[in-house]
Amino acid sequence: MNVQAVKVIYKYEMLRAWETLLQSFASPVISTALYFVVFGSAIGERIAQIDGVPYGSFIVPGLMMLALLTQSIANASFGIFFPKFTGTIYEVMSAPVSFLEILLGYVGAAATKSLIIGLIILATAGFFVPLEIAHPVWMAAFLLLTCVSFSLFGFIIGLWADDFEKLQLIPLLVITPLVFLGGSFYSVNMLPPIWQTVTLFNPVVYLISGFRWSFFEVSDVSVGVSLAMVLAFLVVCLLVVGWMFRTGYRLRQ
Amino acid sequence: MKSIVSVTNLSKTYSDGHEALKDVSLEIADGEILALLGPNGAGKTTLISIICGIVNASDGSVSVDGHDIIADYRHTRSLIGLVPQELTLGHFDKVWNTLCFSRGLFGKAPDPDYIERLLRNLSLWSKKDTEIMALSGGMKRRVLIGKALAHEPKVLFLDEPTAGVDVELRKDMWALVRELRESGVTIILTTHYIEEAEEIADRVGIIDGGRLILVENKQELMQKLGRKAMIIELDESLAEVPDTLARWGLELSGDGSQLTYTYDPRGVRTGIPDLLQAVGEAGLAVKDFKTTQSSLEEIFVSLVKGRS
Ligand SMILES: Nc1ncnc2c1ncn2[C@@H]1O[C@H](COP(=O)(O)OP(=O)(O)OP(=O)(O)O)[C@@H](O)[C@H]1O
Ligand SMILES: [Mg+2]
Repeated sequence: MNVQAVKVIYKYEMLRAWETLLQSFASPVISTALYFVVFGSAIGERIAQIDGVPYGSFIVPGLMMLALLTQSIANASFGIFFPKFTGTIYEVMSAPVSFLEILLGYVGAAATKSLIIGLIILATAGFFVPLEIAHPVWMAAFLLLTCVSFSLFGFIIGLWADDFEKLQLIPLLVITPLVFLGGSFYSVNMLPPIWQTVTLFNPVVYLISGFRWSFFEVSDVSVGVSLAMVLAFLVVCLLVVGWMFRTGYRLRQ
Repeated sequence: MKSIVSVTNLSKTYSDGHEALKDVSLEIADGEILALLGPNGAGKTTLISIICGIVNASDGSVSVDGHDIIADYRHTRSLIGLVPQELTLGHFDKVWNTLCFSRGLFGKAPDPDYIERLLRNLSLWSKKDTEIMALSGGMKRRVLIGKALAHEPKVLFLDEPTAGVDVELRKDMWALVRELRESGVTIILTTHYIEEAEEIADRVGIIDGGRLILVENKQELMQKLGRKAMIIELDESLAEVPDTLARWGLELSGDGSQLTYTYDPRGVRTGIPDLLQAVGEAGLAVKDFKTTQSSLEEIFVSLVKGRS
């Protein structure tokens, strides 16, 4: 195992975040604060409670997921896309590193960054609304699994994309709608029955539901199903990445 | 000669169907400087990229230090350093950081002293905390060399190291290459500048259209193919070569002021004394004369032309 290589890739990626501190960490905090102002304070006054949870608190897990998903994907996809784009990837490819080491470096760093962002958002949320976490261990598990699996997913997008447009395509056209329609700001039970059924095809619903359960013990679907879905997503991503690496997909001519 | 890199029947067809390499076999000796010459698109970069693991071969195999580059990639790649043709660098990276990154990537523990020496050798020490985008093209080229040397490789590939580099810097680069060779590093460089190959290479390989046309010791190549020419400058222009000089096959320059005699320097009799005497007898007043030896460039051009 080329531990040095994992270290330098990881460090390089973390340094990149550190040098663009404002963009990396401050902007998710600011946008989260804005969500609280708009949804929590303005709208929340009228909604009061969902499933016995004050609306302001209710949206916290969804907001965190929204940030985690977009940040994981953005960080990981950019991290591998950019060296490909500038050509500096030649060095990684000519180095004695295995794909696992590349993955640990890039995805590890992206997951770490979104984990930090998630925790910052949680802390920010604590200023606005009362928060209690019923199952901290589960909360941490969901947090970690989400960061890792969506960083992997981002990595796949970064490998696949051969221009900036493709890089933005999936996060913009797929992820954002799925998160917004995935019950971040409402309970799925509030939808008309037909839309409830449609929603069940949205994988993000399971993620947010499980995550919300770890906070408030209220959920749209059972926790076991949530966990299984997240794990299944992780496995699918791993399989895809494994296939990409075996074939040298978009990396080796 | 102990070979450090063995290329056997290597072929490469790109996904668009272009055949960039056709059955190339090559042995690179431990400690030599090999120059690969060839016109644009000949396949030089492709060959290097395969050996370094950036491009997959379609057919054939490569071994470095006796190990297969695919089965034993960890071993072979850790021995190799590559300076790519393009100036591919992270614009926002600092010089020091990017060298440390390269070293780590190749599995070596950090060694600040070594990196410092390297940067000093490359005259980049004063720029160690500068962002790469703020460097000149020549400096960037040296950063790339620094990155390639950061893990102390045994084999160094330089893909057109002196493209777009001024004369001064080119000389520095040559000196650096020689120094590296002294320390036991094998160097393979590609170039379009034939004087570069002539200046520093031990052996020269010529690639054209994806085929390795020849690999030859530089001196032998020049001797085998190099012809000498004697140019006689005349005081007064001639309209045509006098009949008495016909047997030397002289060429008269356009303005009639120069006669050129081409001969094989290895011949027992070059015919020069006789020629000079005959020139005198013909009553031609000689202003000056000089001899020239055909350069690798001329050899190269005649080889490449001869094939097309
Ligand atoms: N990724 C690629 N896909 C398709 N064809 C390629 C690719 N890379 C190179 N080629 C083709 O392969 C041939 C050899 O290219 P290569 O870069 O090896 O040449 P070269 O000898 O290094 O040329 P130069 O002196 O211009 O650098 C060229 O015809 C080129 O167009
Ligand atoms: Mg080239």
